[in-house]
This record gives sequence, C-alpha cells and structure tokens, in this order.
Amino acid sequence: MKKNVNANTLWNLFKAMFVLSSCTFGGGFVIVSLMKKKFVDELQWLEEEEMLDITAITQSSPGPLPVNASVIIGYRMAGIMGSFIAVLGTILPPMIIISLISLCYEQFRTNPIIATALRVTRAGVAAVIVDVTLNLANNIIKTKHVFYISLMIVCFIAVVLFKISAMLIILFCLLIGILTALFSNRKGVA
Amino acid sequence: MIWILFFAFIQVGLFSVGGGYAAIPLIQDQIVNIHKLMTIEQFSDLITIAEMTPGPISINSSTFVGMQLGGIPGVLICTIGCIIPSFIICLLLAHFYYKYRNFNGVQIVLSSMRPAVVSLIGSAGLSILLIGIFKDGIIGVENIQYIETILFAVCIFLLRKYKANPILIILGSGCVGTILYLLF
Repeated sequence: MKKNVNANTLWNLFKAMFVLSSCTFGGGFVIVSLMKKKFVDELQWLEEEEMLDITAITQSSPGPLPVNASVIIGYRMAGIMGSFIAVLGTILPPMIIISLISLCYEQFRTNPIIATALRVTRAGVAAVIVDVTLNLANNIIKTKHVFYISLMIVCFIAVVLFKISAMLIILFCLLIGILTALFSNRKGVA
Repeated sequence: MIWILFFAFIQVGLFSVGGGYAAIPLIQDQIVNIHKLMTIEQFSDLITIAEMTPGPISINSSTFVGMQLGGIPGVLICTIGCIIPSFIICLLLAHFYYKYRNFNGVQIVLSSMRPAVVSLIGSAGLSILLIGIFKDGIIGVENIQYIETILFAVCIFLLRKYKANPILIILGSGCVGTILYLLF
C-alpha cells in the first residue's frame, strides 16, 4: 500500500472507475476484464496475479462484484480514502443513468433503437472478455504447471457444462489450495 | 419509510453472495413480498432495465427502487444501504490479503484459486458470446446473427492484433452495430 497518497492518484482512480463502470454491460466479470486491461496492462498499478486474487476475493464476498473490486483496488492504491473514491467512481454512473431512465422508463424500455444498441454492444463486450481470457489462460499454460492447467480446464467444464455456481468453484479451489499448502508444509517443501 | 428502505437494502447487500443475479430474488423479497412497496409488474420492469443498462444489477435496482419510492434521497439511501456491508467486509479482506499474501502458505492457496478465476471469466465471456451471436441465445445455424458475428470477429481481431482500447471496442461495437441494423 502506498503511503504518500496524493490527489492525483485519487483523481486517476476515480476517473478510471467512472469510465469502466459506465461501460460495464452485463455482469461483474465484464468489469473485471476491463479492470485487468486498465490497471494491469495499461496503468501497471497491479500485477496480473494480484488482479486474479482480487477477483477471487470479490467473488466470494457478499455484494456487487464491481463495488467489491473497487474497495480492494482503492485500498491497495490509497488506503481507506482510496476505497471511498473508487467506490464512488463505480456507483455514480449507474446511479445517474438509472435515475434519469426511471423518470421515463416506459419510453426507454420500448424504444427499438435503444434495444438494438444495447443488444449489439454484447458483441464488443464478448470480444473484450474473450481477449482477456485468452491472455490469462495463456499465462497459466506458460507456467507448464500441469496441476494448475488441469484445474483451470476442470473448472471451466464445471461452470459451462454443469452450471456449477461461481461461488462453489472458488470455495472448492480454496479447499484444494489449503490442502496443497498443508501437504507441502508437512513434506517440508514450503 | 426511509429506514425501511435502508435496512431492506443492507440485507440485500449482505446476503447477495456471488454476483448480481443473486441479488434479484432478495430485492424482490424485501420490496415486493415483505414491505409491499412495489407490484410484481413494476419489479419485472425494473429488472429488465437494470439488465439493459451498464453497471452492477444490484446498484441499478437499488437506484431504481429508490428513485421510484423516494426520489434522489431514496436513491442515496438504497444505494448506500446496498454497499455498506460489502464495503466493510471487503475492506477487512483487502487488509488481510495485503498483510499476508506474501506468506508461502497463502501463496499456495491463492495459486490454486487463480486458474478457477480464469475459468470463471472465460465462462462469462462464452455465455455473453453465445447470447450475442445466436438469436435469443439458442445455439443453431438458423439462429446465427450475422451482424453480431462479424462485429465480434472484427473486435477480437483489433484486440488481439492491435491491442485496441477495450472501452472504444465496446462503445464502437454498439455504434457500428446499431448503424448496420438501421441500414439493413
């Protein structure tokens, strides 16, 4: 955690969260993909593994995933103040958009152009997530660690084919991790 | 009324573990069934709009409920109630994560969770892709939507080859796709 927090960091944090949140169509993992691109690849504030850890933590805590991720990333960059600023950036866009829409939601819901625009945007959203996934999966494969590669494949099959919930997947891998840690400790490897 | 909303959404925030879709039945329970602040028809409109617009579903729903029932103060009360539990819990978790993450044992545990996260992100991408490319998400040759398919192919090419800005990709696909639909 950085000790010398300046206004510039807070402003960048707010700006980044505000823009990402404005473009998050369709669920928490979309914003995680965008956060990975922004904070790991572009700004290099976080390491890739750190971003994955943060995702695991946010997925297993209650509440909306983007808010949870903002709390942790904000805390990492600028302590509790950072969390406040990051969360503010994340919740303001949906609050503004929904407040406006709720004033005339009948027209909004039935407007064909808006419906089309929101539908076709999914193609771009899907492309972003697929791109991020390919990069992340590639890095796991590059470790040449058979155990982690198989774990990734098994989890993917479990979610896609057997519709196991994300929560259970994370808890299951947490359990596997704890067992591995205990096992390697006993053997004196760790 | 304000306090009812506030505590209703604290409960929503506290018990919606595992993403936005977990929050919907909780909000329905609090707002429609227990406190009877909305009818089920109003509620289903709310969900449609919350899903259509950007932002987390629970924030969208709490803002919408707040606006309908209490204007701007309602929005603030509902949204703050919704995020207070996760704010406190995640702050604690973040604190412990950064304190202990370099410990060997903790590293081993975290290493097993990372592949799972990659799979989860991948499966989210896959399901959005299927809904995007196939009409109503039903897989089949006759359901392929060509404009979306081409858009996806162009977007993924720009991202992989030129590392295009993802925000521009998302907004661009929306604009280009809408124009194509209006033309054809």
